[in-house]
Amino acid sequence: MTESLYAREVYGKTLVELGRKDPNIVVFDSDLSCSTKTALFRRDFPERFFNFGVAEQNMMATAAGLASCGKIVFASTFAMFATGRTWDQIRNSICYSNFNVKIVATHAGITVGPDGASHQALEDIALMRLIPNMKVIVPADGPETREAVMYAAAAPGPFYIRLGRVKVETIDGKPPYCFGKAYSLTEGSDIAIVACGIMVQEALKAGAALRKEGISCRVINMHTIKPIDADILIKAAKETKGIVVCEEHSVIGGLASAIDEVVAENFPRKVLRIGVKHRFGQSGSPQDLLKEYNLTAEDIVKTAKALL
Amino acid sequence: MKHIEEKIEFLEEKARHIRRLIIDMLFKAGSGHPGGSLSSADLIAALYFEVLKHDPENPRWPDRDRFHLSKGHACPVVYAALAEAGYFKKEELWTLRELGSILQGHPDRRTPGIEAASGSLGQGLSVALGMSLAGRIDKRGYRVYVLMGDGEIQEGNIWEAAMACSHYKCDNLCAVLDYNGYQIDGRVCDVMGIEPIKEKWVSFGWNVLEIDGHNMRRIVSAFEKAARHKGAPTIIIARTTKGKGVSFMENIADFHGRAPTEEETKKALEELG
Repeated sequence: MTESLYAREVYGKTLVELGRKDPNIVVFDSDLSCSTKTALFRRDFPERFFNFGVAEQNMMATAAGLASCGKIVFASTFAMFATGRTWDQIRNSICYSNFNVKIVATHAGITVGPDGASHQALEDIALMRLIPNMKVIVPADGPETREAVMYAAAAPGPFYIRLGRVKVETIDGKPPYCFGKAYSLTEGSDIAIVACGIMVQEALKAGAALRKEGISCRVINMHTIKPIDADILIKAAKETKGIVVCEEHSVIGGLASAIDEVVAENFPRKVLRIGVKHRFGQSGSPQDLLKEYNLTAEDIVKTAKALL
Repeated sequence: MKHIEEKIEFLEEKARHIRRLIIDMLFKAGSGHPGGSLSSADLIAALYFEVLKHDPENPRWPDRDRFHLSKGHACPVVYAALAEAGYFKKEELWTLRELGSILQGHPDRRTPGIEAASGSLGQGLSVALGMSLAGRIDKRGYRVYVLMGDGEIQEGNIWEAAMACSHYKCDNLCAVLDYNGYQIDGRVCDVMGIEPIKEKWVSFGWNVLEIDGHNMRRIVSAFEKAARHKGAPTIIIARTTKGKGVSFMENIADFHGRAPTEEETKKALEELG
C-alpha cells in the first residue's frame, strides 16, 4: 500500500532536521505554527523560533532583516496570507535584495475545504512567480516536500514552496530530486499532461484511463514552476499533439501561464488548462470541491480528448 | 568639557558639509528628495561620525552596528554621509540616479554601506527588528538604528513592527523619527494626523525620547540614553524642519520631491556656506 503523508508534517520534521545541522536556520510563523507544523521546530529550538502573531507583513520584512545578517529564514503561514497581504514586503524587502528567505506556505489551493474562499489561495503561484529572484516550487508529495525544503535551505536567495492541507499519496518511481528539472512519470506520444502539486495524482489517474482507451499519454511532474523546465516542455510540444496543464490554482498566472510562455515562444502547440476558472472558491469537502471546480481525473480525460 | 564642545562642533560641521553635498548631488541628478534629506542631516551626521561602530574599509564587518534607512527617499543624506566616511569615492555622488550608478534613486545593496533595500515605505522598522534578533541569536553586541519619516508611520506595517520590537524587548534597537511635519501632499496633520505621537509609542511599550532634531548636543545625548536603556526598544522623536538649512526650502512641501534648479542650487550653497 502506498503511504499518504501531510506535506506540512514533512515540512515541520525537515525543519527540525535542518535546525540540528545548521545554527543559522531561523523559523518564523504568524500564529499558525500548529497548522503549518513549524511548532515542531519551536519545540526543539525555541531560541531560533519567532512568532509574529497575526501580522504577516511584519513577519516578512523582519525575515529580510535577519537574512541580511546571514541567517536562513523559513517564514510560514497559510498561502493566502503569505503572498497577497505581504506581496510588497516580499518584493521590496526580500527579493530586491535577494535575501535568504524561504517562504513555505501551507493550506494552498481549493482543498483547504470547509473554510471557504477567504482561505483558498488560488492566486499565490502567480503572485510569487512574478517577482525577480524568487524561485517557486510546488511539491507533489511528502518526500518531494522534504527534498524541496532541503534544497531551498542550501541554495541562495528567496524561495516560495507551496504546500496543501490534505494528506497526499506518495508517488512511486520518481527519479532523484533535481530542482528546476521536471520529469516524465509515464511516457506517451499522443498527449502530454503536465501537473504540479496534488494534481499530479489526478494526472496519473487520467493518464491510466486514457491509456485504457488506447491513447498514449505522457504525464509530467512540473514540481519547479520557476525556473520552469523549458526543455521538457518543448520536447513534449514537439512529440505530442498537445498539452493539458493541471493545477490547483487559477488558470491565470500559474503553471499554465508559465507553460504557455515557453510553448508559444518555442514550438506553438495547443495548451488546454485544468484549473480554477475565474471563480472564487467556496466551502465544501476537498473531494466535492475538486468535482465542483472540474479538477478531477475525469475532467482531465475529457479535456485531453477534446484536444486530440 | 572642551572635548565635548569640540565634538559637537565637529559634528555640526559634518552636517553642514552633508547638506552641501545633498544640494549638489540633487542638482546634478535633476530629481530626488531634498526636504527630508536636509531635515535628517544632523541626525545622520551624529550617527555616522559619532554613534555607529562601523568600518568603512570593511562594510560587512560582522560586529558593526547596523543602520537602516526606512524612509528610503532620503537616501541622498545617507549617500553623502557614506562618501564622507569613506565607503566610496566622492565622485560617485555625482552619478546619483544615473543608469548603472552604485547610487540608486532609493537605497539598495549595490552601495557599499547599505544593508538592505528600502523605498517602499513602512517596512524599515521590521527590517531593523530582524537585524536586532539576529544579533541576539548570534550573541553579538552590535546595536541597530533605523530612521523613519513621520508620514511613513501612517503605514500599518510600522505598528505591527512596533508591537513586535517591544514584545521581543529589543533594547539593542533604536528607532529615530524624523518628525519634520510634512509629506508629499502637505502637512502631516492635514493629510493624516499621527498625534498624539509620544503616547502612541509609549502605549506600544517603547522608551520614548523627544528632542530638537537640529540640536547636536541633544541628539548625541539621546543616542547615549538610548544605548543605556534596558528591557525595551527606544525611539527618538526628533522634531525637525523640512528642508532645514536652506531658507527657501524650509517647510515647503514642494521641496519634498523636487531637485533645485541651477539658480536655487547657487543660492542654497551660499546660504550653507
